[in-house]
Amino acid sequence: MAANATPLVELRDISISFGGIKAVDRVTVDLYPGEVVGLLGHNGAGKSTLIKCLSGAYQKDSGEIFINGEKVDIQNPRDARRYNIETIYQTLALADNLNAASNLFLGRELVTAAGFVDDAQMEAETRKIMARLNPNFRKFNVPVSALSGGQRQSVAIARAVYFNARILIMDEPTAALGPQETQMVAELIQELKRQGLGIFLIEHDIHSVMKLCDRAVVMKNGQRVGAVNVAEVSDDDILGMIIMGKKPASAV
Amino acid sequence: MTPTDTNHAPADAQLGPVGRFLKATEIDTRLLGMVGALVVIWLGFHLYGAFVNGYGAFLTPRNLWNLSVQTASVGIMACGMVLVIITRHIDLSVGSVLGFSAMIMGITQVWILPQYLGLGSPLIWVITCIVGVIMGTLIGAFHGWLVAYRNIPAFIVTLGGLLVWRGAAFLVARGETISPVDTTFALLGGGPYGAIGAIGSWIVCAIACVAILWMMLAGRRSRASHGFAQRPMWAEGFLAVLACGLVVGATLVVNAYPWPKGIVTQYAKANGLTVPEGGMFISHGFAIPVLILIAVGIAMTILMTRTRFGRYVYAIGGNPDAAELSGINTRWMTVKIFALMGFLTGISAIVASARLNSATNALGELDELYVIAAAVIGGTSLKGGVGTIYGAILGALVMQSLKTGMVLIGFDAAIQNIVVGAVLVLAVYVDILYRGKSK
Repeated sequence: MAANATPLVELRDISISFGGIKAVDRVTVDLYPGEVVGLLGHNGAGKSTLIKCLSGAYQKDSGEIFINGEKVDIQNPRDARRYNIETIYQTLALADNLNAASNLFLGRELVTAAGFVDDAQMEAETRKIMARLNPNFRKFNVPVSALSGGQRQSVAIARAVYFNARILIMDEPTAALGPQETQMVAELIQELKRQGLGIFLIEHDIHSVMKLCDRAVVMKNGQRVGAVNVAEVSDDDILGMIIMGKKPASAV
Repeated sequence: MTPTDTNHAPADAQLGPVGRFLKATEIDTRLLGMVGALVVIWLGFHLYGAFVNGYGAFLTPRNLWNLSVQTASVGIMACGMVLVIITRHIDLSVGSVLGFSAMIMGITQVWILPQYLGLGSPLIWVITCIVGVIMGTLIGAFHGWLVAYRNIPAFIVTLGGLLVWRGAAFLVARGETISPVDTTFALLGGGPYGAIGAIGSWIVCAIACVAILWMMLAGRRSRASHGFAQRPMWAEGFLAVLACGLVVGATLVVNAYPWPKGIVTQYAKANGLTVPEGGMFISHGFAIPVLILIAVGIAMTILMTRTRFGRYVYAIGGNPDAAELSGINTRWMTVKIFALMGFLTGISAIVASARLNSATNALGELDELYVIAAAVIGGTSLKGGVGTIYGAILGALVMQSLKTGMVLIGFDAAIQNIVVGAVLVLAVYVDILYRGKSK
C-alpha cells in the first residue's frame, strides 16, 4: 500500500463500553484496498466488538469512522450495507428455516416487475455463484439447518461476495470448518484481495494469520497493543504481542 | 461435504409407490395428515349420528354450509395469528379487540351515521366497515409498538389488551347490546341473502379452476426458463384434477342447500312472484363471509410466499439476530405484523357482528384461544419460523368441525370443552413426533 494513499476504512479513536466496562478503548485501525488486516487478541480483547461498530451491529460511544476519507455515520447494518461493507459473522447469521437462496438474498431480494420475490431467479443466481465458490454444493431446496458447517459457511461467504462488497469483515471464518474447506476460504480471500477488496480478518490461528494477512493489529483488554507488517516479524513476535502485550521493534 | 443431490436424489428407487407418488406430486405430508384428520372427524360425527341418533346430520349440505360460515371469523384471524406466532410472539387480545371493534362499528352504524345519512343509506355499511378495520389496525399497531419499541413481552401486552379492550367495549356502549345492524352490513355475515346464489357460485367456481390451471402452467414455465426439474406430467394432471374437483365439489354442496320455505315465501312476496305447488328451490351458494375468508387466505398466502414482507416474517422467526444483521428493520416489522393482525381482527369483527346482527358485549369471547389453537393445529410452530396460511385455515375448520359435530350429536358444553382442549394438546404432540421423525 502507498503510504500517502487514502485508506479505504479508518476507525479513529473508537470507544464502546457495556455496563461501565470499556470493551474497546480509543482504538484506531485502518485498512487499504487490496489489503488483509488481521485483528488479533485473546477472547474478550475487544476485536469482535470493535468490528461490530463498523458492521452496524453495535453503535460506538465515541470515535469516528471514515470510508475513503469521508466521515460516515453507521447506526445499523442497513447503513453499513450502503457503504458496501459486508460481514461474515462467527455465529453465521443465517435464518435456519430458509433455504440457501433466501438467505443469500435476505434483505435484498430480487423482485419481479410486479414487485413479488423472484425465487426462481434467486435460485438461478445462487446456483451460479455456488458453482464458483463451492462446486460440490447441491442442497438448494432445503432449509440451511440441514447443511453442514462448511456448506453453511459457503452460503454466508457467497452472500458477502455476491453483492460486490468493497469492505469485507470476516469473524473467524474457518472456525467451524474442516481442512479442505479452510483451504477453500483461504483461496477465496486471496482472490478477493486481488480484486481490490479490503478485508478485516479476525482470526485465532496464528498460521492462518501469517499466511493470509498483510498487517496484523493486536488488541488486549480493549486497547490497541500495536500493528506489524506480517512479512517483517515472526509468529513468535506476534504471539508475544497477544500474550504479553510486548511490542516488537518494527511495530507501530 | 457429501455431494448429496436433492434434486435428482439417488434414493428414488428405494421409495415405495406411495413415497414416489408424494415426491412426484410434491404434496406436503403434513397437509395430507390434516385433511385425513378432517375426513375422520367428519365421517365420525356423521356415522355416530346415523347409528346412535338414527340420523346422520353432519355430511349434509345444510350443515357443511353452516360449518363454512362459522369457520369464517376464526379462520380470518388465524391467518394473522400465523404471522404473530412465526415471529415468536403471541396475541391473546384478538377476542377482545374483535368485541371492541364490533361495538364501535355498532355505535357508528346504529347511533351515529343514521342521524346524518338517514336510516338505510348505502354509505352506512361502507363507512362502518372502514371504521371497524381502522380501529382494529390501530389497536394492533399500538400493541406492536409496545412490544417492539418498549420491549414489553407480547404475552403481557396482549394479556393486558384482553382485559382492557373487553372493558372498553363495555364502557363505550354502557354495556348495551346494539341491534339490529344496517341491513346491507348484515349481508356480510351470511344468511340466505348474504350468499351469492347458484349462478354466482358457478362463476366463482369457474374463475377458481381457471386460476388453478393458470398457476400450474405459469409454475412450469418459470421452472423451464431456468432449467429446473419439472414435475412429471401425470403428477401435474393429477393435481389439476384434484384441485378443480375439490372446487367443483364445494360448489355442488353449497348449491344443494336451498333457502328455507319461510325465506322463499318472503322473497317471492317482495318480488311479486308466486311460489309453485311443490315449493321453489333457491340455492344458497357460497356465503359472503366464506368468500371473504377465501380472499383473505389467498391474499395472505401471496403475502407470505411471494413478497419481501413474508420472507422477512419467516427470517425473523428463524433467527431474529440474523434478520437484524441482514438489514431488516425487525422492530418496524413487528409493528406491521401486529397491525396486520389487528386489521384482520377488524374484518372478523365485521363478519361476526353482521352474522349476529348485533354488537354484544360478549362477542368474540374466548376467540383468542380458538384462533391460536387453529394456527397451532395447522402446523404453526410456537418456536417460530414455521407455519402456513392454508394450515391455519384448515386448523380453524378442524376446530369448528369438532364444535359443530358435538352440538349436532348432542354433547353438552362441558364435554365439548374437554374434547377441544384434549384435541389441541394431542395435535401439538403428534406434530412434535412428526417433526422429530422428519429431521
